Amino acid sequence: MTDQTTKESIKNTFSVGRGNEEGARMFRDWFKLLDETAEEGRGAAYVFVMGSMAEVLRVFDLPVVFPEINSLQTAVRRVAHEYLNEAEDYGYSPDICGYVKADVAVQLGGGHHPMGRIPRPALAVLTNACNTYIKWGEIWERMYRIPVFTLDVPGTRAAGAQTWPGDPDFESDRAYVAGQIKELIALCEEVTGKRFDIDRLREALSHANTMSRGWKQVIELNRSRPSLFNALTDGTIYLGVSNGFRGTAEGAGYFEELVEEMSYKAARGIGTLTDEKYRLVFVGVPCYPIFRRFNEMFAEWGGTFVNSTYLWFAAGGANLGFEYDLSEPLESLAEGTLISVRDAMDSMFYQDRALIEMIDPFHIDGIVYHPIKSCRTVSTGLADNRRALRQSRDIPSLFIESDMMDRRVVSEAQLKNRVDAFFEGLASRRVMAERRE
Amino acid sequence: MAYAAGVDVGSTQTKAIIIDEARRIVGRALIDTGANVVLAAENAFAQALSNGRLQEEEVEYVIGTGYGRYRVTFGNAQVTEISCHGRGAVHMFPGTRTVVDMGGQDTKAISVSPAGEILDFCMNDKCAAGTGRFLGAAAAALEIPLNELGGLALKAERPVRISTTCTVFAESEVLSWLGKGKKIEDILAGVHRSIASRSIGLLRRVGIEEEITFTGGVARNIGMIEALDRGLGVRVNVSDDSHFMGALGAALFALDHIIASRAPTNGEGECIRGTLPESTQARPTRRR
Repeated sequence: MTDQTTKESIKNTFSVGRGNEEGARMFRDWFKLLDETAEEGRGAAYVFVMGSMAEVLRVFDLPVVFPEINSLQTAVRRVAHEYLNEAEDYGYSPDICGYVKADVAVQLGGGHHPMGRIPRPALAVLTNACNTYIKWGEIWERMYRIPVFTLDVPGTRAAGAQTWPGDPDFESDRAYVAGQIKELIALCEEVTGKRFDIDRLREALSHANTMSRGWKQVIELNRSRPSLFNALTDGTIYLGVSNGFRGTAEGAGYFEELVEEMSYKAARGIGTLTDEKYRLVFVGVPCYPIFRRFNEMFAEWGGTFVNSTYLWFAAGGANLGFEYDLSEPLESLAEGTLISVRDAMDSMFYQDRALIEMIDPFHIDGIVYHPIKSCRTVSTGLADNRRALRQSRDIPSLFIESDMMDRRVVSEAQLKNRVDAFFEGLASRRVMAERRE
Repeated sequence: MAYAAGVDVGSTQTKAIIIDEARRIVGRALIDTGANVVLAAENAFAQALSNGRLQEEEVEYVIGTGYGRYRVTFGNAQVTEISCHGRGAVHMFPGTRTVVDMGGQDTKAISVSPAGEILDFCMNDKCAAGTGRFLGAAAAALEIPLNELGGLALKAERPVRISTTCTVFAESEVLSWLGKGKKIEDILAGVHRSIASRSIGLLRRVGIEEEITFTGGVARNIGMIEALDRGLGVRVNVSDDSHFMGALGAALFALDHIIASRAPTNGEGECIRGTLPESTQARPTRRR
């Protein structure tokens, strides 16, 4: 059976699990395209998950490379240590971001990556959503002498103090972002030699609208009992498509079908676990070095992750479902970027309020905080956030530390001990609650 | 009369406790774990049987706990030492709301409900700072038997301040204080206070609520009890059997299982019984 026939078969028979299968296929296709781009000696746009500006880059036919995704793929494929060691031998400290180090090793190796060759950057676009992005961009700037564009997105000034359209502060921020987007467009014209086409931007925005709408729906559909997908494992596949195919027809089609699949499962009570006992939320970045095993530690107890802050911030805030106004593409892109990237930052720094609000609708039994050694940006405030949340709601939580990349700081035995103790507590709490009733 | 047992395979020592249906300890054993964890568990259980003048067949259910709990190959189930220390502490001191368990390689802070539920816990990570190992390093540096450290520390007049919490660096810091002419008692008091301070940091992360019960092998050290009392500003509960608390908790869970398998009752500590059948961990068949 050819790939095409397989695809048709999946489409025609409607397969539960299609989102995972199609997502994996699209991922392979994406990296194949990148490999071809590298072989042809063409450059790509290096971007990040929090504010990729892919909608603009699509207009100029620039292939997008997400170095964060490249790096986590080395961990999932259990070769991250080779890349980390190479970067550390080159002089980078063991204490800095593992994503950066793996990427540096990829660049030093001429783009060599387990999923194919990664093309060199023609330009890099980054935001201030992560402080490391800026230093990371400077590395490429030095290595390749390429233009690095930093989009400065005003964040939330204090927890719960977001401003919205119509508010003078918001309008001022929007104008600030819109001005920068115009500068980005001019830079893309300069780098590619192509003229900006606003109708192509409208087209990309339209596809992005479908994807954001679908992403929001998919996440909300997981309120179903049993849960329809595992936010940590399945969710990461969907997230990859959300980023890698943002603003494309293929990405839009994928999310339309994903909504269809999840609605189908919800209507028929098809869950991700055969016996779902505990519904959990994951806070932080996954433990990619033991990605499957990490989840199994929870699944063995009947625990499943029904939502995750990772699906919010690593989607650049697409979980909000913001839809652009196609009659005012640039202004609306500025508004959407401002709101979504701001939300991504809030999901890292002020996630406690959002977590409290989802406990009841998602029927949450516990919250798992997973700070990681090599990303202090996302990890530093988690202990305080957890304390704040516990003051508002009596809900069990687990605080376990490991890493997103570095196997040397992941102790499976220690993680399992804590996970087991957490579930013993959850089980005990449930029995006691039943007795009280 | 049915009996239940708990076997706590720790990094340094293995403990076994056998209780009767009235939750009285009828047999106990404490041995060094050594390199063969399976054998240590078997030997500890055999010694506890001998101590209680019991035959193996009389023990209806065995639960393994501690880092080597999956190596208790003759056990019926496993429960983490976190749950077991919490359970044991509440059984021994019913007013317990916070537990500090100090073992050979890790220290745990555990918050428990009046019913013995684990509300929260916190442990040291892959660093042995603030654990019994730190004391071992100091004892080696000073060439003093481990069981004499606490008594000597209580004789301190002007305790030094140990700045490092790193077990590896502890030895060099202790030697540097010796080089400055400080008395051994003063250095030891500093070592104990340093460990206590680190442990109190863990306790703060789960929230300190009285009563506080001190468990684990280091609870036999009177210098550490004093250092915790001083650091916390309250007296901690300590039992002569504090180092058996994990094994005791495991035995209590095992007894819960025995009782629950007969008929529903309102007995103490039934809270955990629901966890045992739900666990999907490998539960080796008893082979002894």
